[in-house]
Amino acid sequence: MFSSCADPKTLEGLSWLVCYLTSGKHIDFYWSFLTVLTLLAVTAPVALTFGFGGAMAARSHVAPVRLVGKTYTAMVRGVPDIVFFLFFVIALDQGIEWMKHQVVCPDWTQPIRQGLEFRVCPEAKVPSNSSAQIWHQLYGFALAVFTFAIVFGAFAANVLYGAMNAVPRAQLETAESYGMTPRQVFRRILVPQMWVYALPGLSNLWMILIKATPLLFLLGVKDIVYWARELGSAKTQAYAYPHPDWRLWYFLFLMVCYLLMTRLSEIVLNKLAKRLNHGQATAAGEAMRRTAQ
Amino acid sequence: MTCWETIGAYAFRSLGFGEKLLPRTDFTLCQQFTLIGSGLIWNVYFGALALMLGFFLSNALALSKASHKPWARKPAEWFIFVFRGSPLFIQFFLAYSALVMLPRGGVDVLGLHLPTSWMTSAWAGALFVLFLNTSAYAAEIFYGALMSVPKGDLEAAEAYGISGWAKFRRIQWPTMLRLAWPAYTNEAIFLFHATTLVFFSGFPAFQQRGDALYYANYFADKTFNPFVPYPIVAFYFILLTGTLIGIFGLVNRRLNRHLPSNTRSKIRLRPQLIR
Amino acid sequence: MKKLLLATTLLALTGGAAAAETIRLGTEGAYPPFNFIDDQGNVAGFERELGDELCKRAGLTCEWVTNDWDSIIPNLQSGNYDVIIAGMSITDEREKVVDFSENYVPPADSAYVGLTADADVKGGVVSAQVGTIQAGYVAESGATLLEFPTPDETVAAVRNGEAVAVFADKDFLAPYVAESNGELTYVGDAIALGGGVGLAFRDSDDELREKFNAAIRAMKAEGALNPLIEKHFGPEAKKF
Repeated sequence: MFSSCADPKTLEGLSWLVCYLTSGKHIDFYWSFLTVLTLLAVTAPVALTFGFGGAMAARSHVAPVRLVGKTYTAMVRGVPDIVFFLFFVIALDQGIEWMKHQVVCPDWTQPIRQGLEFRVCPEAKVPSNSSAQIWHQLYGFALAVFTFAIVFGAFAANVLYGAMNAVPRAQLETAESYGMTPRQVFRRILVPQMWVYALPGLSNLWMILIKATPLLFLLGVKDIVYWARELGSAKTQAYAYPHPDWRLWYFLFLMVCYLLMTRLSEIVLNKLAKRLNHGQATAAGEAMRRTAQ
Repeated sequence: MTCWETIGAYAFRSLGFGEKLLPRTDFTLCQQFTLIGSGLIWNVYFGALALMLGFFLSNALALSKASHKPWARKPAEWFIFVFRGSPLFIQFFLAYSALVMLPRGGVDVLGLHLPTSWMTSAWAGALFVLFLNTSAYAAEIFYGALMSVPKGDLEAAEAYGISGWAKFRRIQWPTMLRLAWPAYTNEAIFLFHATTLVFFSGFPAFQQRGDALYYANYFADKTFNPFVPYPIVAFYFILLTGTLIGIFGLVNRRLNRHLPSNTRSKIRLRPQLIR
Repeated sequence: MKKLLLATTLLALTGGAAAAETIRLGTEGAYPPFNFIDDQGNVAGFERELGDELCKRAGLTCEWVTNDWDSIIPNLQSGNYDVIIAGMSITDEREKVVDFSENYVPPADSAYVGLTADADVKGGVVSAQVGTIQAGYVAESGATLLEFPTPDETVAAVRNGEAVAVFADKDFLAPYVAESNGELTYVGDAIALGGGVGLAFRDSDDELREKFNAAIRAMKAEGALNPLIEKHFGPEAKKF
């Protein structure tokens, strides 16, 4: 980065440290924070959508749909997320390529599975072999987002299912007595009212999502933990900046970052809870009314 | 080797009994089921012990967090914040790094010689981290429940002349436990899930004795096929979660036995507080 | 502009052959001096230079990808990259599921490294990386095996006293021993394991494997491989 860093072996003390902390690898490390934040920002709404779908399916009057919804939440929650991440991404990747293969190479005669090998026609590769590295990375990132969303969607479905059931029955009956159709009741009363009941559960889920990001490296995304591990491990003279095992310091730094992130989220979510509780017929809303008087 | 012989040889491999060497070639489905099941013993060990020990610490923490005295409240608040606010993954790593720094030969305290080398093994070190971690999560659940004990109940108790310790023991604490139980059940489930991280990121496996995920990893590595061993782990964990829900449901029934049946709080499995 | 023109001509030249497709090389990026991520964040090391040279000789456009060691073979089979070039020893186990090229490093010596030269490597605690041939060897040797997910941690375990010795590729351990100021030392004699290090391909990719095999043979014949080995592994390393 700096011209004085051209020959790191001659540097000492503070200037060595400055050069070390601005090496290309460290810049990658700093960028990976953005990767993690992007993942959080993208995954949260997608997972919420999955959760909403799951909760609606679980409440459905059609038995098969209800079964699908309930199985989805029960299955995914019964399995540790890490186990899920270890095989699901490869399966998902192969599934996508298999489908594309069916479309683009209908007259491919060789078997797709040869023993353990999975072989689709070159045109069906996602993304194709010759596309730029950035597409491969984006594709990997999208797979990770999707996997995270499936897992956390199952948790969100549970929270939303509970929240939908928690909306006071009287409110829905009142709406019905005004002549609203079930759809209207759902859209105008149930959904707007359920958020206040869902918020505590959803805010916990957000915290969990933040703390699950170290598992990202399992999905092939180079996240902050990957880089901290890579940068911290002992470096021999083969590297420009040899140093002993510094992983402890890197992980302490990560811990502080995570604590900051969770603290910040707590503050924001508390504010949001206050707004949602405002004027609600719940204990928290009642408490707010009292203090305002 | 028939499947029965395999079970005999490997069922307790994770504890060091039976065959010394893991299968090297010709992997059968039976071997995978047996060894991964054998590893599950460790998941149950970590989960059950951490949960039991954590129950006491979390109660103490919840009470100190509810205290009005800052010297009792502040440490509890910080403890809960640090353990709930950071990934377990990093906690394991830091704990292991700290534990290996202890002097090898042991420490002498007041003339007593205390060996320290056992602290770095997973059965002790990882258990310790999981214990602290689950205590922090459960403490937050219990604290929330303690705050929602109906005011009327406490006033009624005082009207009958029950106060101080008796009030806490007979009114506050049982009500807190009853209110917290559904959320605590979730915490238990996720604690068991978290035990899979022990050998995966934190602690080294000793003599190839590991948990369910460790053996699944071994098979995935040897057979180069992740689609068999990992779903087996998933299968075992679904069973384990089911059992756990059953046991906690029984306790829940007992905690709610005095209530009319329509107001009993069913265990609604919401991910309240998990890592 | 001149550069751009040159680049397009080069592309057109190589593109004329069957090399319209990019070949993706998968590596671990955590096993110096074979392969590691340098301070610029790029793949570097012996295999980086070798891989680039082989691609040039075979007239292929190559791209580097890093992947976790645990899932490096499943991802090859799933088609996420076409070649594994990650210091992978040729073993019978692996030969069953992938096809290896000719070896580009002679059958390597594995060595024990400990704090003292008389460490008990037959009965004490010995560390090794999970899933390596060395881990299998230690498990059978009678010593107590202590497994870590990354190679770096296995050396750290010896330093902090968790293990009396680490068992790994000698080429990997050599710089650690050399730079430890006498703290670390070899224990006993080196042991030859595996059939050398080779590139791994999918069973069905015979055509690609032959291209790389031809390039490796050419490098061996010209004597271009030995200087490369010496540059990265030091003058004492085994050569062809």
